[in-house]
Amino acid sequence: MTNQTVVIGGGHNGLVCATYLAKAGHKVLLLEARDQLGGPASTTEFAEGFKSSVAHVLHSLNNKVATDLQLGQAGLERGEAVNTIALSADGNHLTLAKNVVSGNGLSESDLATYANFKSDFQAYAKALEPLTMNKPPRLKDMDTQDKFTLGKLGFKLRFGLGKDNMREFLRVGGINIYDVLKDSFESEALMGAIAFDAVMGHHMGPRTPNTVLSYLNHVRGEIYGDQSIPKGGMGQVVNALESAAKKAGVTIRTNAKVAKIKVENSQVTGVQLEGGEQIAATTVVSNADAKQTFINLVGGRQLDAMFSHRVKSVRAKGNVAKLHFAVKGLPKFTGLDENQLCQRLIVCPSLRYAEHAFNAAKYGEFSKNPILEITIPSLKDASMAPDGHHVVSISASFAPYQLKQGWQQGGDDFIATVLSVLEQYAPGISEQIVAKEMLSPVDIEQQYGTSGGHWHHGEIALDQLFMMRPVYGAAQYDTPVDGLFLCGATAHPGGGITGIPGHNAAKRILSMGGR
Amino acid sequence: MSATQHLDFTQIYHHSPFHDRIEAISQVKSWSAWNGVQTARVFDTVASEYFAARSTTSVMDLTPMEKYRITGPDANEYLNHLVTRDVSKLKPGRVSYVVWCNDEGKVIDDGTIFHLREGEYRLCAAHHQLDWLLLSAEGYDVEIEEETFDIAALSVQGPTSCSVLTAAGIDGLDSLKPFGLIHANLNGFEVCVSRTGFTGDLGYELWCDPEHALAMWDAIFDVKARGLYDVRPLGLEALAMVRVEAGFILPGDDFNPADSTVRAGHDRSPFELGLGWLVNFDKPYFTGKKALLAEKQKPTARQMVKLVVEGNKLPVDSFLFDRKNGKRVGTIKAYTWSPILKANLAFAEIDTKNGVVPQEVWAEIYYSKELEWHSTWAKCSVTDKPFWNPERKSMTPPSAF
Amino acid sequence: MVNTQRNYDAIVIGAGHNGLTNAAFLAKAGLDVLVLEKNPEIGGATISRELHEGWKYSNCSYVCSLFRPEIYQALDLGRHGLEVVPLQGSTTFMQNGDYFGSYHQGPINRREIRRHSKRDADAAVRFNADLMKWCRLIRGFLLRTPPDPASFKMRDAMEFAHLLKQFYKLSESQIYEFIRFFTMSIAEYLEMYFESDVILAHYSGGSIIGTGLGVYSPGTAYVLLHHAMGDVDGNVGSWGFARGGMGSISKAIAGALQAHGGAIRRDAEVAKINVSGGKATGVTLTNGEEVNAKIVISNLDVQRTFTKIMEEKDLPEDVVTKAKNFKIRGSSGKLNIALDGMPSFPALPKGSPLTLGHMHFTDTLERLERAYDDWKDDMWSQDPYVDIVIPTQYDPTMAPPGKHMMSVFVQYCPVEPEGGWTDEKRDAFGATVINQIADYSPDFKDLLLHAEVRTPREIELEVGLTGGNIFQGELTLDQLMFNRPFPGYAQYRGPVKGMYMCSSSTHPGGGVMGAPGANSAREILRDLGKDNTVPEDFGDD
Repeated sequence: MTNQTVVIGGGHNGLVCATYLAKAGHKVLLLEARDQLGGPASTTEFAEGFKSSVAHVLHSLNNKVATDLQLGQAGLERGEAVNTIALSADGNHLTLAKNVVSGNGLSESDLATYANFKSDFQAYAKALEPLTMNKPPRLKDMDTQDKFTLGKLGFKLRFGLGKDNMREFLRVGGINIYDVLKDSFESEALMGAIAFDAVMGHHMGPRTPNTVLSYLNHVRGEIYGDQSIPKGGMGQVVNALESAAKKAGVTIRTNAKVAKIKVENSQVTGVQLEGGEQIAATTVVSNADAKQTFINLVGGRQLDAMFSHRVKSVRAKGNVAKLHFAVKGLPKFTGLDENQLCQRLIVCPSLRYAEHAFNAAKYGEFSKNPILEITIPSLKDASMAPDGHHVVSISASFAPYQLKQGWQQGGDDFIATVLSVLEQYAPGISEQIVAKEMLSPVDIEQQYGTSGGHWHHGEIALDQLFMMRPVYGAAQYDTPVDGLFLCGATAHPGGGITGIPGHNAAKRILSMGGR
Repeated sequence: MSATQHLDFTQIYHHSPFHDRIEAISQVKSWSAWNGVQTARVFDTVASEYFAARSTTSVMDLTPMEKYRITGPDANEYLNHLVTRDVSKLKPGRVSYVVWCNDEGKVIDDGTIFHLREGEYRLCAAHHQLDWLLLSAEGYDVEIEEETFDIAALSVQGPTSCSVLTAAGIDGLDSLKPFGLIHANLNGFEVCVSRTGFTGDLGYELWCDPEHALAMWDAIFDVKARGLYDVRPLGLEALAMVRVEAGFILPGDDFNPADSTVRAGHDRSPFELGLGWLVNFDKPYFTGKKALLAEKQKPTARQMVKLVVEGNKLPVDSFLFDRKNGKRVGTIKAYTWSPILKANLAFAEIDTKNGVVPQEVWAEIYYSKELEWHSTWAKCSVTDKPFWNPERKSMTPPSAF
Repeated sequence: MVNTQRNYDAIVIGAGHNGLTNAAFLAKAGLDVLVLEKNPEIGGATISRELHEGWKYSNCSYVCSLFRPEIYQALDLGRHGLEVVPLQGSTTFMQNGDYFGSYHQGPINRREIRRHSKRDADAAVRFNADLMKWCRLIRGFLLRTPPDPASFKMRDAMEFAHLLKQFYKLSESQIYEFIRFFTMSIAEYLEMYFESDVILAHYSGGSIIGTGLGVYSPGTAYVLLHHAMGDVDGNVGSWGFARGGMGSISKAIAGALQAHGGAIRRDAEVAKINVSGGKATGVTLTNGEEVNAKIVISNLDVQRTFTKIMEEKDLPEDVVTKAKNFKIRGSSGKLNIALDGMPSFPALPKGSPLTLGHMHFTDTLERLERAYDDWKDDMWSQDPYVDIVIPTQYDPTMAPPGKHMMSVFVQYCPVEPEGGWTDEKRDAFGATVINQIADYSPDFKDLLLHAEVRTPREIELEVGLTGGNIFQGELTLDQLMFNRPFPGYAQYRGPVKGMYMCSSSTHPGGGVMGAPGANSAREILRDLGKDNTVPEDFGDD
């Protein structure tokens, strides 16, 4: 039998994991179902001459990963830092930078609180780093690494944060962002803008407990650097990862969709591609989410019954639709100059607005007034659109995966809804549109193979984090099937373009000797 | 929209299709519930019922036993993934005793799989299993239906049972081997007859449509009315005696079913129950396999054993010690006085010494003499074989009377 | 007569059940204790009142299950007149005219579940076993003082070790399952077991009672435990009525208190806790009178305690902020109804025992969740979740013969609707509820003699529960265990020497449980070097 490692899926975590393994001497074959790498981070042409990617803001790529894989040398430019501009229909926008917020009408207290608030959250994220960068410890039968991780975590919480901050972290860690914001801030617009990052990509409203945690997950990226829109789109990141992988000796095959993970006697033996080709492997690493990996690729026959049930119960209901608009000329947003248009624009004017937007999703309806994240990547990179044209790339929520009337039926209505909201901030933009594309969560699931089309391959919630991500029994990257590992966002610490799951998985595989 | 089908809240117990006959034949009206169905503890006297099972023929209503119908293209593979035993070669017309475990390798329940007809299976279980059976179906094209009350069943056990059933009009029993089943005709309706039972003696179980339940009952008791053989109903108390003699453990009585166990470590694996022979590691994956393989690496810490307890004092809930006044090593789980063996028999869980079961332990027995309590010691010897295992149990054809 | 010149050993502010429990244990230890109550009646929210002639209303709390049997026994409440009658069964009426009932008898209960789903009847076995695991674990924490995770004190370390030991009695998978249970929403937790809409709704209801969360809000699964882990005579999960209404509980505890030499003064509202030299010295009443004591214990919720009856200058700054930010939003209303006879519920078969238990009319998770959406928008639910009991079916003391008293607990009702409460709005809220009941009981409106409608406004004004929150503080992760009421103050000691807390704002929280009062007494006696009179948990191993 060949001593080969197969990585299923060429998303960024798959690439990161493959590269680490190849560098450590594994013979790695990476299989990607689509014709290009990168999953939702890949740049594709959605209309003639117009390009975009599903993921479009890079704010969390882990520094250690970037350094280890020498992504800089491989051509990664992070791009300039971008701020978040929270739009207001009257043009009275707020600009949120990492630790500074500005905007007319913000009180002194809010200005000061924002800085403290952000630095507190960044401190929490830092304190959690020992947990983030290692396999989650088991809570019984711990190995030395687990004890070390927990010890370091305890130390960082108690002495890194200090007594008061530790207490505060333990207090707010499990609750909702709404209550925390209401205790701290005065401006509705500012609270809405902060809450945006806590709910976007999740099945949560600002009042849903766990939103402090999802916000923390977002802030974690900030301790690695500023958020940026990379030059050449997210595709550039993927290109850098690809060349790093190739340089390390990873063999990459695209258009190679894995149909089955082969298992004998609880030991992985290889994969079978659609079309029947068999590829033997002693180690298989799946970048797919837990449901895809265990239920569809491995199959319940190779697993314990309750384990399968747990995997099937993982909550991964996607709520974000991606809309790409090809526009003629540069759209005009009330109160924004061209430089500001390069920033990340969001529509989430208040907590209640976000809450109402979420309410709909609970009942399989899309928001009447969705929250939006808007970028115009063509401003930074002219190659994304033909001359005199631009790409407006929008993530819109809430657009529930299980839409009552189905996305075939409801898709156009949702585009119209998004446009009507957009018109409030950029009057006349509809007329500039020459082509459009919308990817509902169902489309995202079909195109990228992520169950439920969920951004994070599973809700970021206390019951699905750490030693319970994606489910206990498969939370340390190894799985009940010997030789099969998880390396995607489905695993600890979750989604975002961080590369951390890929990094941690590789570390785990190497420490287990591939088994 | 159908109108609300109300529940009869005045009736605490469900009635089996044999209810009218059972009610009529009961002399002492001593009732209990078995899976929510009204069941006799005793019909007339425990002794007469016990000896019916051992020397003539006893009849017991099996309807309350949980029954599930498993069909579909993957039915066999599904069952093989469910249970620890290899049932892939179970032929139509055969029955197999099985246990199934949760992910941790702890026994949820025991029961029997009947391969009724090609690709058509019935699983009989002691407790409610629909939830677990459906949970276990991931990856299989299989249909699982509960049919507990869609099938009426009687257990006809005892040395004359073959003669009784033949006299009642069922043909083909002569060649029916233990754990085999046939589909027979009884006075114009179909009856499935399996050579299975819970008494450790010659016996059969009869399965039919509830519509024919009373006719089936009457056909059997008519043999008695015709003056040919004695036939008596069997109550739960006599059953409790014969099942211990036969060496059958009972989930929920002798050990905790894993799905309803609350305290960690209070559930049991097949190895701990002395049922390691039901575990097959050479077949495809089954639920609990990984955990059981891991458990097998270490010596079993405790084990359920069969004990013969010396003397005439019943070891009621006794603790067991390695010697008189020695170290506590176990507890009695079930016990009976065996009228036929004239001995006290018990199931007990005892600690092993590095995986080796001690062959002799001592029970401290408390007993009352005219309301005054005393304690005494009784030597107990471990035995591997069923306490009661007569040759006639497996003779084919069974001896005729 | 109370001698105001006297320097009491301890003053307890507020004669709610926790204040009385606290005082009773202190008195039992030999302390000279005085309880001050602003109302003419004792009991706080544990009270029975005659608001319609001939009828007694348990007009706030209405059932008891959580009350600790250890306290019942230690204070000898049976001999002081308390009698708790177990409450049997519950029903959810369905919009299609059917219903789902929970019966006390196992076999009937199982058959009823099977009527709706065979699978769910079997899944209930797994569910009940799992719930019992978490009950056993949590119950052991109720009569203990939470350790401080940021402390290095020996006692905290020992207590942590104890808790970990309990925790580690679970198997590894049970530990993860427990964390999941503790952090999941009730709806999603139940969906791992059950499939039938009405069963999911029926079992979810307990998780939102009194809570500003919806059935899909993470953290609500745990709240279910708050309602499920109580027991009456060892029957875990069953609720009970106090004969004579909830006021009987307060009366019995007061009886125990007085038997141990403690005193209660009514119509004595505390204006302020006196602090001198960083130490509590007594209280000043609203009439200006000063009463001195060596220690002062507040049974008011912490927001009230630290923002209303203590002065900012006497308190550390962070305590004032934390008290202001303490989450104590009410989310429930209550109707107490006098009935001319027993209302009929035609969906039920004749003679059904189900009316003896709780009755609900919300049959889907979506309806429950939508009821919550209204509350988030500061409105009362247009289609509320109600929990109805009619205790007069077996308590002859609460209404004239042949007449009945109905207690209707309503979820959700906002602290304040937009523009504030008015009497008209309160009545409109009441009408919403009455109409819902009448949808399932055609003769209900004809039988209705009198209805007392209580929104959070009435609850706060009368009983002093801030925001009308029945738990004296929401039961979310930021306000549980060592975070209750706030981090660093979870051991019943106030920020001022000689000042303590004993209300439901402290661990283990709300419900007529008595545990906060008892735990607080244990800490006080420890500080005073007195023998402990507070019982330990019975344990159930």
